[in-house]
Amino acid sequence: MATIAEDAQAAPAPVKDVRHLAVGDIVDGFALEAQLPAGGMAGFWRVKHPDFSLPLIMKIPLLRAGEDPITIVGYEMEHMILPRLSGRHVPRFIAAGPFEQPYIVMEFIDGRSVRELLAQTPLAPDRVAAIGAQIAFALHDIHRQHVLHLDLKPSNVLLRPNGEAVLIDYGLAHHELLPDLVAEEIDDPVGTGPYVAPEQVLRDRTDPRSDIFALGVIMYFLATGERPFGEPQRAAEWRRRLWRDPFPPRSWNPQVPPWLQEIILRCIEVDPDRRYATAAQLAFDLQHPNEVALTHRAQRLHRDAFLTVLLRRLRASRTPAPLRRKSVSGMLAGAPIVVAAIDLDGDTPLADALRDAVRRVLVTDPSARLACVHVLKTARLAIDTWEDAQGRNLHLQRMIELKHWARALPIDPTRITYHVLEGGDPGAALVEYARNNQVDHLLLGARGGTPLRRYLGSTSTHVVAQAPCTVTVVRAHRTAVTAETDAAQAST
Amino acid sequence: MRIAVLSDIHGNREALTACLDHAGTAGADRFVFLGDYVGYGADPGFVVDTVAAHSARGAIAIRGNHDEAIEVGTNRMNDSAALAITWTREQLNPTQRAFLSGLPLTAKEADRLYVHANVNAPAAWGYVTDLYTASRSLIAMDAHIAFCGHIHVPALYHMSQTGKIASFEPVGGVEIPLSRHRRWLAVLGAVGQPRDGNPAACYAILDTERHALTYVRVPYDLDTAARKIRAAGLPPRLADRLYEGR
Repeated sequence: MATIAEDAQAAPAPVKDVRHLAVGDIVDGFALEAQLPAGGMAGFWRVKHPDFSLPLIMKIPLLRAGEDPITIVGYEMEHMILPRLSGRHVPRFIAAGPFEQPYIVMEFIDGRSVRELLAQTPLAPDRVAAIGAQIAFALHDIHRQHVLHLDLKPSNVLLRPNGEAVLIDYGLAHHELLPDLVAEEIDDPVGTGPYVAPEQVLRDRTDPRSDIFALGVIMYFLATGERPFGEPQRAAEWRRRLWRDPFPPRSWNPQVPPWLQEIILRCIEVDPDRRYATAAQLAFDLQHPNEVALTHRAQRLHRDAFLTVLLRRLRASRTPAPLRRKSVSGMLAGAPIVVAAIDLDGDTPLADALRDAVRRVLVTDPSARLACVHVLKTARLAIDTWEDAQGRNLHLQRMIELKHWARALPIDPTRITYHVLEGGDPGAALVEYARNNQVDHLLLGARGGTPLRRYLGSTSTHVVAQAPCTVTVVRAHRTAVTAETDAAQAST
Repeated sequence: MRIAVLSDIHGNREALTACLDHAGTAGADRFVFLGDYVGYGADPGFVVDTVAAHSARGAIAIRGNHDEAIEVGTNRMNDSAALAITWTREQLNPTQRAFLSGLPLTAKEADRLYVHANVNAPAAWGYVTDLYTASRSLIAMDAHIAFCGHIHVPALYHMSQTGKIASFEPVGGVEIPLSRHRRWLAVLGAVGQPRDGNPAACYAILDTERHALTYVRVPYDLDTAARKIRAAGLPPRLADRLYEGR
């Protein structure tokens, strides 16, 4: 058997690769400081450059003459996509090498790979949900930038010390506005066996919900210590997940609560339409376990019966699923997280007008997710304010009123939730809520402007100025008399 | 360097002016014209003068089949195209006609190749319509990127080192990085008579430092261009199709 060194002599590499480099070498101004463990397709070095103060890593594809087109295509794709991504959830792109010496220099992420957590599985459900939510935030962030990762797995997720997830390795990624070199170069489905989504097995590389599937597999693994679809190596074995459902997580680990099983099994549905429409909607459920609408998925303890599976298998072999063209931006735009902020102390016409406005949004975007939010004004910020008897009653009373307000809205019960927030400043509470929940659109009512309100600034003014999303301010139709009265007041 | 590449202007003064203005704002410092300056549109003289002026300042200009037809005739053209050529011939002065007949079929600069119709047989005016016709150009070319026009529908073809060929429908205004590890064939849409369903003028900007290509769509004064076609007595269909982008 030939050693690697002999291979290199027999077929001289056309480019200088990681095996020819040593500590102290300078590549285009980047000083090589330490070699890191190599991946399957690339070598890694810690590097330093006088122009950059942040810690850097150089990724060098292991290119050999005429071999392994996936390595070079992976490099081409990452070189295309990484410079176009920004934000906290991706390593910052710094530089790329010339044709003769390909490499990519990017920010070194100080964080632990989720892979390191696999030795500690099963993790506590709350921890699984917290990590899952962080990864979902990161996914939503790259999806908003038109990118699908398509190779999401524990080793490609780094967790910063503050818990934030960073997604690395865009070699198999897809950018919906750029050519997909992977799809054209490789005839077989590509991905990583345990994590690849059914539609990827069928060579559809355009569905953002493939990443949600992979995240479901990761959470399944973290919650149970088992892989739902095993570790198939050959792409031919990947098809099995089209018909064979995995054991429900609770059958491995009874500590998995129904809400977490509901979330995980929904993520790994074979039909993408039955998964979460967006990573933001998934993150929402992971952050609000008590609000997860439980279905038959939550209670299952067994896999489907033999006959059901057999029928699915026959169907899968007869009719290959049609390739659905989904654009990421279209999916995100069609499945927004909408918040209705209802002031239950306010006047009825305004609450009615707000409901009308929400109804119009729901009719336009049938996949929207609606959160009805009321802010309970508290004088104190102590956490136990609502644990005294009176406070608890008020909290519960507000929930009942919220549900009453929303009862006539045209929305599936699994897509609406109710939240009573507490805070001294309703505007600040709403802005924080919008930020923490990846909210796309916030609707709130504005009462008529009294001079005092104009002087001090209203809740809606504050929210419009501060919220990180689209804000619709709703007003009730006012009679001419009221408007004139207001005008008269304003002019005094 | 930012190179603006414009193809198939076809006597459309309003579209050309809008594209040149846009390219100026976008920082283009070099211009390449891929041919078919005349035919269809009502301002062939203005377009030829404008291209000739750029050419005198160092721009690349190559010949298209409509430019050739001014000289050699229209026996391979459909009726409205042939009518437009006959009309155009009368509009051009000897200087303008001499400019057209002196243009080369292809031009090469650094690792970039420019041609009107296709790389493999530029004088035969065959269209690049699909993967097969694109493959003939991609195999024949001795360059990192080749530009052509002629078909009035934008597309981007590429070939990997293993010979796999694929096509991509470019999205206007999105910068596409051109990997050095493959060959590219950029088929431009038309400045003066788009046929991809989008009536906005189409041209492209190549950024040679960033190795990136952007297809640009520029809205222009369609009404004036169409009105002049009708006023000149050219087939009304040539005016109507500007609105449809077909």
